[in-house]
Amino acid sequence: MRTIAIECLRYHPETDEAPRWQRYEVPFSDDMSVLQGLQHIKDELDGSLTFRWSCRMAICGSCGLMLNGVPKLGCEHFLRDYYPGPLRIEPLTHFPIVRDLAIDQSDFLAKLESAKPWLMPKADPGEAPHRQTPKQLDDYYQYSKCINCLLCYAACPQYGLNEKFTGPAVLALLHRYNADSRDGGKGERMPLVNAEDGVWGCTLVGYCSEVCPKGVDPARAVNQNKIESTKDYFLRFLAPRGSK
Amino acid sequence: MKTYRRPVSATWWRRNPYYVWYMVREASCVVLTLYALTLLVGVARLAQGEVRYEDWLERLSRPWAIAYHVLAFLLVAYHAWTWFRIMPKTLPRVPVPDKAIVVAGVAAIGVCSMLLWWAARP
Repeated sequence: MRTIAIECLRYHPETDEAPRWQRYEVPFSDDMSVLQGLQHIKDELDGSLTFRWSCRMAICGSCGLMLNGVPKLGCEHFLRDYYPGPLRIEPLTHFPIVRDLAIDQSDFLAKLESAKPWLMPKADPGEAPHRQTPKQLDDYYQYSKCINCLLCYAACPQYGLNEKFTGPAVLALLHRYNADSRDGGKGERMPLVNAEDGVWGCTLVGYCSEVCPKGVDPARAVNQNKIESTKDYFLRFLAPRGSK
Repeated sequence: MKTYRRPVSATWWRRNPYYVWYMVREASCVVLTLYALTLLVGVARLAQGEVRYEDWLERLSRPWAIAYHVLAFLLVAYHAWTWFRIMPKTLPRVPVPDKAIVVAGVAAIGVCSMLLWWAARP
């Protein structure tokens, strides 16, 4: 068994004024993920280390971390790829640290709720199934794969510089519903898209789409909505809101 | 709840090569603006007569001006390439693969440049 050096950013709000680095020597086998490395530290070396995890298979989106400065899911990457280290693990950047590697997600969750990420049916289908063609499904399917892991927020410098920016995942999920043929809630979501901190806060860095572990392309969703926002702006001169 | 917010330093873009290239893309517009102004000065010199125009042309053939042209060309070429690379993300949905849009865009600018070069030949 080889040993890898892992440096974790530690922060305990009761005792620490600012985060500090702590180094651990972690024995590992070739099949061990970074998350398993953290679990080894917690179980065998230092029980006070805090981090979030749940599914271990890139589905729950809990173990987003900065691995050597790059936002990644801890469960999806192997320790062997970082050997001999040191592997520097930080909490996702751009978010306040609650404790060690755990961040405060409340800003994201409030924004997510404001996007009304649920289906507001256009018409009541009654008892019948609400049918969609494969093309209609294709219009939104990739965006529905978002797992709210927040890697895209850690990748987005615009969010880092201005936390009011709605950000990639929320705009991608908003688009997931707006682009759904069954949905009729677009009018309620457009004010968020049109806002100064909506899609126009994006400068198309594009790194959000690079780091997404689920193949979602938030940069595309955001920029598709710049077109929608422009159309929305000009169309209101032709058909003022409230008119039919 | 007490939390710790890490400050974003002014050099945030240096920590990841992806951001460095993004900043090169954004900064290239400065050189692009300067080059547009250079051409505008040329038009003004042309209006002032042949002597002033020839003088402007002579200044542009000095080594520093050639270096400036090479830099401007490289940055504008990079900017153009990034522009076409992100183009598929900014278009409404079309039944064409992203790569085809990028290749068609770069090819179109190549053809236009060749036509311009051909039309402007002495």
